[in-house]
Amino acid sequence: MMDKLNTLLAAFALGLVASGAALASGGLDLRLEPAPVNRLDAESLQRGARTFVNYCLNCHSAKYMRYNRLTDLGIDISMIEDNLMFATDKSGETMTVAMTAKDAKAWFGAPPPDLSVESRVRGADWLYNYFLAFYRDESTPSGWNNLVFPNVAMPHVLWAQGGVNKLLSTEYKSHDEALAAAIAVKGLTAVAPGKGHAYVVETLALDTPGALTPTQYKAMVADLVNFLDYMAEPSKNRRINLGLIVLLYLGVLFVFVYWMKREYWKDIH
Amino acid sequence: MEKLLNWIDARFPLTALWESQWGKYVAPKNFNFWYYFGSLAAFVLVLQIVTGIFLTMNYKPDAAKAFESVEYIMRDVSWGWLIRYMHSTGASMFFIVVYLHMFRALLYGSYRNPRELTWIFGVLIYLCLMAEAFFGYLLPWGQMSYWGAQVIVNLFSTVPIIGEDLGVWIRGDYTISDITLNRFFAFHVAAVPLVLIGLVAGHLMALHETGSNNPDGIEIKKQPKDPQTGLYLDGIYSHPYYTVKDLLGVVVFVIVFSIIMFFMPDMGGYFLEANNYIPADPLKTPEHIAPVWYFTPFYAMLRAVPSFLDSQFWGVLVMGVAVVILFFLPWLDKSPVKSIRYRGARYKTWLALFVVSFLILGYLGVVPVTVWGQFPESWPIVGTADRATVVARVLTVVYFLFFLLMPWYTARDKTKPVPERVR
Repeated sequence: MMDKLNTLLAAFALGLVASGAALASGGLDLRLEPAPVNRLDAESLQRGARTFVNYCLNCHSAKYMRYNRLTDLGIDISMIEDNLMFATDKSGETMTVAMTAKDAKAWFGAPPPDLSVESRVRGADWLYNYFLAFYRDESTPSGWNNLVFPNVAMPHVLWAQGGVNKLLSTEYKSHDEALAAAIAVKGLTAVAPGKGHAYVVETLALDTPGALTPTQYKAMVADLVNFLDYMAEPSKNRRINLGLIVLLYLGVLFVFVYWMKREYWKDIH
Repeated sequence: MEKLLNWIDARFPLTALWESQWGKYVAPKNFNFWYYFGSLAAFVLVLQIVTGIFLTMNYKPDAAKAFESVEYIMRDVSWGWLIRYMHSTGASMFFIVVYLHMFRALLYGSYRNPRELTWIFGVLIYLCLMAEAFFGYLLPWGQMSYWGAQVIVNLFSTVPIIGEDLGVWIRGDYTISDITLNRFFAFHVAAVPLVLIGLVAGHLMALHETGSNNPDGIEIKKQPKDPQTGLYLDGIYSHPYYTVKDLLGVVVFVIVFSIIMFFMPDMGGYFLEANNYIPADPLKTPEHIAPVWYFTPFYAMLRAVPSFLDSQFWGVLVMGVAVVILFFLPWLDKSPVKSIRYRGARYKTWLALFVVSFLILGYLGVVPVTVWGQFPESWPIVGTADRATVVARVLTVVYFLFFLLMPWYTARDKTKPVPERVR
């Protein structure tokens, strides 16, 4: 086991493994829709927090995030305690789940990752498209598949809201044609190598509508992603605000220091 | 106040030390843009030490708690996020500043006689800094921390005969583990910084003994002294002149630093990698392992060297020699002049080739070797080979030729006459 690991590592170190990235994604070329998130929109963040607690926080933990930190979003402690805390009665606790990693592995094949910093791993755009990219696929254990994350173990949790998508594949003779077609879609697409020299453009189409219209569902997902993005770095707003103040101060300081330098250097020729 | 100073000076050379090292240190008056980076490196060193001390107050060097403790610092410790971002931004900025500082030495021949020891101290500092960065990068215990350390420790395992044992000795285990994390923490916060501070003191003392070089490469100490001031004609006191000038440099640097730290602390994944927000998992190898940007030129060389006699050690050797060769620079340069201002076309061309090679190698070290595709099958010799690998090989050769051919091209170069006084 150890030897195998070391051999593998040596292979990586010396660049014998060609391209991990390209191999793992099977040469999939994704075109993502930009995520319409706004870190200053408190209402969107509050709605995202509600969606997160209701739909994600049963399997996924966010074990570095404390419930009482949600006051950042303008939610007061009693609201958090009454409406957002189901697993604990102490608002100073972090968002853990009862499901053990061992059980999760047995049930899903892979333990659901902790989502505290997931947005820093994947990025908001990826997450947004991921939630829009589920489609029906009877060949997988869960009956669902995902265009952005092929063969993901997670089922489409929000299917009742978002509805059921089906996968559309169109084959093009060359990579250029496929790429042009993908760009023309102006939404989420994946370009994958097909048979021979052909390329396939994959898109999704709504098969069975959910409780929400596509626009409403997209807004729900955007709120959720907005919240995930906030949770990955709760001090982001503070960081940016402080940055502006610091730069203003440094700007003033620069003027004085520059003037002082000029005064001293006047007599050096 | 003066009484106190006299009391101290009678027992400890405080005034003498201040005057020899800075207060009455005579420096050339023509320092330009490139001369800011020495004081900036000192500034970043202090910043890293101070922020580092604060980080150790909440960081836990324990494989089960390390990742968590970093998130604790980012979320729950007052101003923890700021201290952590200062330290992570500072790490990359340290290398930027040091690379520019070293490039300055190449531009103006600062490594030449009589400043060979200053240069050697400097290269030792650079080596120490690489060790410091490597040990420190394991501490957040993310996926890149873990697998980056695996890869680099495995480089030592390629050493013939003793390699396997050497790897185990460094890790203290058969794989990177809690034991490794603990000892890397010890190296990162105690051992290496102590050596680093000692070397920096040596670097500065050696410099202040010989006096500073300047953009013209003229020895101001060979000039007559001004009868009025008692200083060399082109010399000025560091204090207050370079005190206020370096202060200006620090303010501008802090502005750039703040823009990065407050508005893009990840720097697009180059200062803080996305994969490092996934906790270390010994059973899951990331798809693409690349070291942090400041190591990538050497990493590209490592990957470019093919295995030979059934050993990968040659790549490691090349990478090591690429750094060690810097020590010999003062004796490889045979030019009668120091500064690029009076050098001929040959040195300028080689320096340009060297810089371009270093930058492209740096880029190639970040990306997979397949980035530029393969050469067509019909091409002789290089057919089907990865383009990037072939380019990296050529650039590695150029990197070494810059040093190895230096005695010849610098001796034959058509130099310009060096003036008596600085411009």
